[in-house]
Amino acid sequence: MSDYKVVPGPEAFLPPAAAQMGIALPDPGEGHIEGRIVPEDEAIEYAARKLLAAKVPTIFPGPLVLWHWNDKAAKKAACIREIADALPARLIPMADYRPKYPKIDAAVEINPNHPNLTIWHNKIDVCIFVGVHCHQANLALKIIRGGTDCYTIALCAQAGHEDACLSLRDVNPDTLNKLTACIKKLKSEGVKSEAEPFEQFKFSRENRKPAYLS
Amino acid sequence: MSKEKIKISEALYDIMPPEYQDMVEDATYGNQDRGWKDIGESKELIEQHSLCAGCPESIAFRYILASLPAPEDTVFVGSTGCTSLVFPHVAVHNIHSLFGNQNAVASGLKRALKIRFPDVEKDVVVLAGDGATVDIGLDYTMQSWFRGEKFTTICFDNELYANTGGQESGLMQKGFVAKMAPVGKLFDKVRLPEIARESGCHYVACMTVSKPNRVEKVLKNAILVAREFGPTYIQLYTPCILEIGKQSMEGLDEMKDSEAIGGRFVFKEYMTDEVKEFLKQKDAEEKDRKKAAKLAAKAAATA
Repeated sequence: MSDYKVVPGPEAFLPPAAAQMGIALPDPGEGHIEGRIVPEDEAIEYAARKLLAAKVPTIFPGPLVLWHWNDKAAKKAACIREIADALPARLIPMADYRPKYPKIDAAVEINPNHPNLTIWHNKIDVCIFVGVHCHQANLALKIIRGGTDCYTIALCAQAGHEDACLSLRDVNPDTLNKLTACIKKLKSEGVKSEAEPFEQFKFSRENRKPAYLS
Repeated sequence: MSKEKIKISEALYDIMPPEYQDMVEDATYGNQDRGWKDIGESKELIEQHSLCAGCPESIAFRYILASLPAPEDTVFVGSTGCTSLVFPHVAVHNIHSLFGNQNAVASGLKRALKIRFPDVEKDVVVLAGDGATVDIGLDYTMQSWFRGEKFTTICFDNELYANTGGQESGLMQKGFVAKMAPVGKLFDKVRLPEIARESGCHYVACMTVSKPNRVEKVLKNAILVAREFGPTYIQLYTPCILEIGKQSMEGLDEMKDSEAIGGRFVFKEYMTDEVKEFLKQKDAEEKDRKKAAKLAAKAAATA
């Protein structure tokens, strides 16, 4: 068993890959918290508590849920919106993986090539990656651990991510609903959201600026 | 696949940047009549090119992307060079290959797509600079033509290595002095269109991009012929205004000068006899289709 813990950075300019440090992926029905393998329900509750305790909890939905590839993707998108509403949390899209040099609008979008810019700009302390292709998520998670103090949660539809501080695997709409239910339950038990007040930006064709800028 | 497949999840629509919303609402995916005239009237498939101001390559990119017969079923294969700076901003699938091996990658890709999607015509288009096509990748380029691979190769010919500072390339004209080639080129420009013709390309064109109508026609011809017959090749003069000492607004004049009678880029087109027949038939079909569509629209308007 490795002593290494996948905790928020900044760790180093080039942080080691967690797998290289001995962190293993969870088996089906499990998740990992900072590299420690736990049952899925435990990881979900831990994630819910982390998100509620955050000042700027943020969800980064990726192309696999932003685009309506199939009905499951659209359903997941609706579940993600419910999580954001339940917390509440900002939604910042990762619409595709273009580098967008040099003019990424860090306030309202993110890309995997420099996710640290969006995190620094918005002072995000806990974030969720969901619907991001694994190879791009791995890249972004490592950059975030390397250069920021943001706690990363990966809701992965495949085998999970060692490089996230907390990861679930085989995530489907039911798993996302479980997280929403857990957030609501904790709130009903008196756990308060520590999120700073914010207004979710909304783009429109009429006003190409995000609503919070207008 | 058609435009209907490209949708944003309803629950997250409002957080998507407007460029993507426009792409879904106003781009010309699935439109049989798409062409360069859509530029300015619909969402283009290129977002803010990252080339120098006034670069003819950016004009070429816009015409090509507007003229692809089926962008939703097209994959570009690019290589190192100025073109590779643009592909991250293009809403068509694309692969960046190692410098020079773009035609080898495209060969494998075309064959794989044929197996994976036997009932859909997937177009593969190589788009690379003269360094990748004629110098470093000449072997791969020619071998794909020898094998009769069914895809189109486009070479953006700026006659030197532009984004590394102006080194001599095989397509540089004889005697030209560049920043990194102070002696001047000692031998002739490689005659790649002729080599392409002799190497098995069924359709070859060499031109500038000063006339969008012609670029559209040639590109559509090349892709349609590649689907049916085999390799096709287009060489487009896209001068590097910086490296030849021109101003931003002088790119068009440079192209017009070079395609005038006696110039290096007088329009050249070669096709086999069977391709000539095929394109004639395609033109007639296209005319009939447009005529029928016009009549149907007229009938619908009067009804």
